[in-house]
Amino acid sequence: MTKKLFAEKFMKAVFLICACVSIIAVAIICFFMFVRGIPAMREIGFVEFLFGEKWRPTAQIPKFGILPMIMGSIYVTAGAIIIGVPIGLLTAIFLAKFCPKKLYKLLMPPINLMAGIPSIIYGFFGMVVLVPLTRTLFGGDGNSILTASLLLGIMILPTIVGLSESALKAVPESYYEGAVALGATHERAVATVIFPAAKSGIMAAVILGIGRAIGETMAVIMVAGNQPRMPKGILKGVRTLTSNIVTEMGYAEGLHYEALIATAVVLFVFILILNVLFSIVSNKAAPISFKRKKVKKEEA
Amino acid sequence: MAVKFSVSNLDLYYGDFQALKNINIRMNENEVTAFIGPSGCGKSTLLKSLNRMNDLVEGCKITGTVLLDNVDIYKNMEITELRKNVGMVFQKPNPFPMSIYDNIAYGPRTHGIKRKSQLDEIVETSLKQASIWEEVKDRLKKSALGLSGGQQQRLCIARALAVKPEVILMDEPTSALDPISTMKIEELCFDLKKEYTIIIVTHNMQQATRISDKTAFFLHGEIVEFGETGQIFAMPKDKRTEDYITGRFG
Amino acid sequence: MKSSWKTFKAHPMSLVFFILVCAGVILTVGILFLVVAFVLIRGVPYLTPDLFALEYTSENCSMLPAIVSTIEMVGISLLVAVPLGVFCAIYLVEYAGKGNKLVKLIRVTTETLSGIPSIVYGLFGMLLFVRALGWGYSLLAGSFTVAIMILPLIIRSTEEALKAVDDSYREGSFGLGAGKLRTVFVIVLPSAMNGILAGIILAIGRVIGETAALMYTAGTVAAYPKSVFDSSRTLSLHMYSLSREGMHMNEAAATGVVLLIVVFLLNSFASFVAKKLKSKT
Repeated sequence: MTKKLFAEKFMKAVFLICACVSIIAVAIICFFMFVRGIPAMREIGFVEFLFGEKWRPTAQIPKFGILPMIMGSIYVTAGAIIIGVPIGLLTAIFLAKFCPKKLYKLLMPPINLMAGIPSIIYGFFGMVVLVPLTRTLFGGDGNSILTASLLLGIMILPTIVGLSESALKAVPESYYEGAVALGATHERAVATVIFPAAKSGIMAAVILGIGRAIGETMAVIMVAGNQPRMPKGILKGVRTLTSNIVTEMGYAEGLHYEALIATAVVLFVFILILNVLFSIVSNKAAPISFKRKKVKKEEA
Repeated sequence: MAVKFSVSNLDLYYGDFQALKNINIRMNENEVTAFIGPSGCGKSTLLKSLNRMNDLVEGCKITGTVLLDNVDIYKNMEITELRKNVGMVFQKPNPFPMSIYDNIAYGPRTHGIKRKSQLDEIVETSLKQASIWEEVKDRLKKSALGLSGGQQQRLCIARALAVKPEVILMDEPTSALDPISTMKIEELCFDLKKEYTIIIVTHNMQQATRISDKTAFFLHGEIVEFGETGQIFAMPKDKRTEDYITGRFG
Repeated sequence: MKSSWKTFKAHPMSLVFFILVCAGVILTVGILFLVVAFVLIRGVPYLTPDLFALEYTSENCSMLPAIVSTIEMVGISLLVAVPLGVFCAIYLVEYAGKGNKLVKLIRVTTETLSGIPSIVYGLFGMLLFVRALGWGYSLLAGSFTVAIMILPLIIRSTEEALKAVDDSYREGSFGLGAGKLRTVFVIVLPSAMNGILAGIILAIGRVIGETAALMYTAGTVAAYPKSVFDSSRTLSLHMYSLSREGMHMNEAAATGVVLLIVVFLLNSFASFVAKKLKSKT
C-alpha cells in the first residue's frame, strides 16, 4: 500500500516537473538571448544599434545599426498583411458562410495541407516563380520587398483562414436570422452583422499572421535580396531581422556575433509584444462566447 | 376587413418528414392572429413560411401558395422585399452586438436610407412605438447587449418596426421573459395592431385570449380549428381543441 | 448559401460581395495548386535513382543521407518532446487545480514558445547546445532544438485529447478502487491516444519542414551521421543548400517533391486519425 502511495506521489512530482519544462525553456531562452544580446547592445550603444542606418559589421570601423533590418521586417510584414489578409478573410467567409457541405469537405484537406507545407518549398517556389515574375512584370532584379510580401502573404493564408473561419463560425446564428428577417440579403447579413461580430477573433488571426510573417526566415531569404540598407522602394531588395541573423551567423565572430544575437533579441521582443496583443484580443473575444454559454444554461 | 395573408393547400417537408399538412388559413389586416398548439405541432413552421425563413433550413420543401396582398410570396416576390414587409420577432431576443441606435438603424440602412436626420427620426419613432424610448434615449450609443431581456425583446420589436413592415410575425416572443416584461409586450401588441397585422405563436393560452382576435389550433402539422378567439376558447367545435385548452394534454 | 439571382438583381452590391468572396477562395486554392503543381512539374522529371544513391557526392546530390538523418532527427526529438509534452498535459488536465497560478504561467509560456520564430530557436540552440554544452553542430543539438519547438504543439493536442475523455471513464475507474495514476495510464491515456497521435504526426511534419532552427544547430554536412554528435542535414536543409548553390535547381526541385509527398502523407494520416477519433466519440 505504501509502495503504491509512493508511486502516486513520485509520478505526480514527475508530471509537475515536466509541466514546468515550458517555463524553464522560456526562461533559458530569455536568459541566453538577453545575457548575450544586451551587453552587445550596450557596447554598440542602444540608440546607435536600434536607430543606426548603417550595418557594416566587417568594415574597419564596424557599424552595427539595425534600423534597415527593422524597417525591412516592417515593410515586408506590412506587405504580407496587405496581400494575405483580404484574400484570407474572403476565403474564410466563403468557407464559413457560403460553402456547400460537399465542397467544404473537398476544400478543407488542401487548405490544411497548405499550413503543413515547409517554408523551404514556399521559398523555392518564390525563388523560381515569383522572382522572375516580378522581374518581367515590374523590372528590377526581382528580389524585392514586393516579392517577399507576395510570398509571405501566401504563407500566412492558412493562419488567417483557419482562425478567422472558426471565429466566423462561432457567431450565433440568431444574429444572422435577425438580419435576414429585416430584409438583408445573405451577403449583407454576413458582411454587416456576422463579420463585425467576429472581429475580435479576426483581429487575433491577423496578429498571429503578423507573427508568422515577421518570424519567417528561409523563404524570405530566398526572395528578398538581403541588402542591408534602408528600404528604397518596393521593387528594391531589403533585408529583414531574420535574414540578417541567418546570412551572417555562419561566419560572424566577436562583437559581430553578439550583434546578431542582439538582433534576435529585438525580434524576440517584437514577438513578445505580438503575443501580449494576441492574448488581450483573444481574451476580448472570449467574453462573448462566455455570455452565450451562460444564456444557454439559463434556458436549460 | 381585408385579407392580408392567404395560405392555401400548403404542404411543408423537412427532408422526408412532413411538418405541415394541407394548411388553409386567411389572416386579416389589423388583427392579431394567434397560433397555439403543443410543441412540434407546426405552428412555428407555418409562421416561418410566411416570411420564408424556412428557406434557411436545409432540405425544406414547400408546395401550395402563400399570398400576401394577393401576390404569391414564393413565386412573384423578391425575398428581401417580402421580409421588409413581413417583420419578425424571435423567441429569444437577438439584438445585434452593436449600439442600440445601430440596431434600430440596421433595417432602414439595409433598405437604402442613409441620411442621418432621417435615421434619427426613424430610430426615435420606432423606439417610442415599442415603448422603450424613455428607458434608452440617454444611452443610444451604448451596446444593446447591456439591456435586460425584456428590454432587448422590445428593442427587437422596435428594430422590426423601423423598416415599416405591414405584418409582424412573433415567434413566442415572451417565452424567455419575466411576467412584467411579458405584460409590457402584450400591451404593445394591442397598440400595434391599429397599424399592423400581427401573427403570434404562443405556448401560453391566457396570452392568446388576452391579445388575439383570431386563434388557430395546430396539432401534428394540421390546423384543427380556426376562428374567433372568444369562440375557440369558450366553445371549441373540435374535441381535440377542447382537450388541449382545458389542459388535458400538451 | 447565397442569394438567388433575383435577389442579386435587386441588390447588386450583394452580388459584388459574393463575387469577391468566391474570388478569394479561388485565389487561395489556386495559389496552393500552383505551388504544388509547380514543384511537381519541376521536380518529378529529375526524380532519378541517382538521387537516392547510397553515398552523397556533389555530382549525384543524393538525398538518402538527408532522409536518414531526418528520420533520426524526428526520432530523437520525439523521444525528448513526447514524454515531456504528454506528462505536462497530464499534469494540466488531471492534476492541476482550477485557477492554479502555476497553470496560468505554464499556459502563457507555452503560448510564448509557440510564437517564437524558428530562427530564434536556432540561435538559442546554437548558444546552448552547440557552444555552451559543447555538442558542436550535431544531430543531437538539432534534435533538442526542434524538440523544444514542437513541445507546445504536443502539449496542446494532448491537453485537448485528455479533456475530450468523458469524466464517467475516470469516475468508473475510481469507483473500482483504482488510484489516480492507474486511472490515468490505463483508462484516460488509451482513450486519448488518437488525439495525441494526431498531434505527434503534426509535430513530425514540423520537424521535417524545419530549416532555420537547424542550420546552425545540426549543421549542413551532407553525409550519414555516424553518431548523434555528428553534423548532418535534414531533407529541408538539403533542399535549401541545393537551391542556394544555384547549380542544382533540378535536384532541389526533386527533393521538394519528396518533401511534399511526405508532408501530404503525414497530413492525410493525421486527418485520418482525427476522423477515427471523431467517429468514436
